Amino acid sequence: MTEEHSHIVPYKTFLIIWFALLILTGITIAVAQYNLGALNIWVALGIATLKAGLVVSVFMHMQYESYLFKLSLLSALAILAIFIGFTFFDVLYR
Amino acid sequence: MSEMTAPTTSDRGFFGEAKYPGIFGWIFSTDHKRIGLLYFWCIFFFFCVGAFLGLLIRLELFAPGETIMGAQTYNAVFTLHGVIMIFLFIIPGIPAAFGNLILPIQIGARDVAFPKLNLFSWWLYITGAILAVTSLFTGGGPPDTGWTFYVPFSAQTSTNVSLAAIAVFILGFSSILTGLNFVTTVHRLRAEGMGWFRLPLFTWALYSTAWVQILATPVIGITVALLFAERVIGTGLFDPTQGGDPIMFQHLFWIYSHPAVYIMVLPGMGVVSDIIPVFSRKPAFGYKAILISSLAIAFAGSLVWAHHMFTSGISDLAVMVFSFLTFIVAIPSAIKVFNWLATMYQGSILLDPPMLFALSFILLFTIGGLTGLVLGSAATDVHVHDTYFVVGHFHFVMFGGTGMAFFAAMHYWLPMIYGRMYDKTVATVAWGVMMIGFLILYISMKVVGMQGMPRRYYDYVPEFTGLNQLATVGSWILAVGLVLLFANIIRGLFWGDPLEANPWGSASLEWQVSSPPPTENFDEDPVVTHGPYDFKQAGIL
Repeated sequence: MTEEHSHIVPYKTFLIIWFALLILTGITIAVAQYNLGALNIWVALGIATLKAGLVVSVFMHMQYESYLFKLSLLSALAILAIFIGFTFFDVLYR
Repeated sequence: MSEMTAPTTSDRGFFGEAKYPGIFGWIFSTDHKRIGLLYFWCIFFFFCVGAFLGLLIRLELFAPGETIMGAQTYNAVFTLHGVIMIFLFIIPGIPAAFGNLILPIQIGARDVAFPKLNLFSWWLYITGAILAVTSLFTGGGPPDTGWTFYVPFSAQTSTNVSLAAIAVFILGFSSILTGLNFVTTVHRLRAEGMGWFRLPLFTWALYSTAWVQILATPVIGITVALLFAERVIGTGLFDPTQGGDPIMFQHLFWIYSHPAVYIMVLPGMGVVSDIIPVFSRKPAFGYKAILISSLAIAFAGSLVWAHHMFTSGISDLAVMVFSFLTFIVAIPSAIKVFNWLATMYQGSILLDPPMLFALSFILLFTIGGLTGLVLGSAATDVHVHDTYFVVGHFHFVMFGGTGMAFFAAMHYWLPMIYGRMYDKTVATVAWGVMMIGFLILYISMKVVGMQGMPRRYYDYVPEFTGLNQLATVGSWILAVGLVLLFANIIRGLFWGDPLEANPWGSASLEWQVSSPPPTENFDEDPVVTHGPYDFKQAGIL
């Protein structure tokens, strides 16, 4: 590495993200009380993706990384989404 | 490459320089060539064990009823044959052995990007292998589930499935780390002038494979971990009585294991893509088409897993979609075959042993691929699913494809690594004997499968006796060919004639270094001035 990366993230940001994660967890629990049919899985995976996104971009500093790293991570996530999607459309139409 | 000093064969290269004495100079070495050879000889050993088990299976099936072993032993033997051949031979075979040996030299690097990680992945491989072997002699006896570990049987059987699952988990990590190393190496360590479109096609194939290793292998880790949890703490994830779904296991298993088929065959295609131009004395026809088809196979091949599950009770829509996607993979595969043939067209073809194996790859892979379409098409699959037709099909693709490519790579590159040449006449005879045995063995399997003989059964009805005996005789001929082949190459590598410089006349970088290569591959950093198949620029034609 030719340059040293160091990003000091203020505690305030960490606290905000932490509260956001707690709220999203609360929403997951609240939504689980209702049966939304096929939408159940969409809601659960959507909230989980949002939470993982916050953790990866803020706590794990992905937001400061270069375009190539973001693209690599995104393509890996896209493949994972396809794996999950293809599996679930079998279950849905069984 | 024109900057390089003339190759010599006088010194012992990297064999002469070890960091530690004796065996420790190998098992603690971070040199990619030493690690490559460690992998090669371990993989070679496990292939011999797997082949021996295969012979035992064929011997048992020589006649209906018990021939040499009981039913439970038979189940363990075919499971072990599958586990060893898949996880210890064919998945690591070409990438871990020849990828490590050749890839860094091919792109002008001194080593892979993470040499210590590379050594660690070999240690993981050995740990996984030892655990897999240990699972045979401990717990409730050798696993009897087949290499696919399907639930509900694998969750219930008292045999030692749990330890075998841990072994597969660890072997998966070895594969992921190798993939990670290769992707980084290709991105970061190419020599000056080695642009993306000057990469040899073998490197391109390994690069595509490495992405599949990174993205798909974690899923098998998850799958066997869930199976382990199912067995140990009874999670009920795959148990319908507890709200689980056994078909989910098959999805998870094949999400990895079908891309794994391309982890197995893509590097083999890379070997063939490198060998055909050299022995046809012509530049690779459709270089870009071949490399794009590698990437296309890696991507499309990751989306077809449920064609293994047409009869398992998945939805009709899924059957249609996965059947359609399966046919799409045939397109990039055919692009490769046609480009290889076009490379040979009007070339000055030399039938040296590496070329013979590469040609057998094309023939056998094409037969295997076309019979694969019978299975990919849902309507015909229903009739031949889980019969010997499937067994014949995947042996054509895996052994006839990847196995032959492995032998081609052995005969093409190992002389460069060792600085010694084997006897070409003996290698050619061994190739001929092997081909005869191969065709008798696996064509018989396909025919008997079409007639309805199910796979993995210990016994069969007397009507199938003739073809089974023919297959067993074929296995003996194949074994004779293999013994001859291996004896010849081992004799050649250790006691053969010293190698002349660039014996095959390749324009690629790995043949421009001295043989055996020096520890850091290049005395000075190479500058690449032409493509890997530019024989005119390289002064070979």
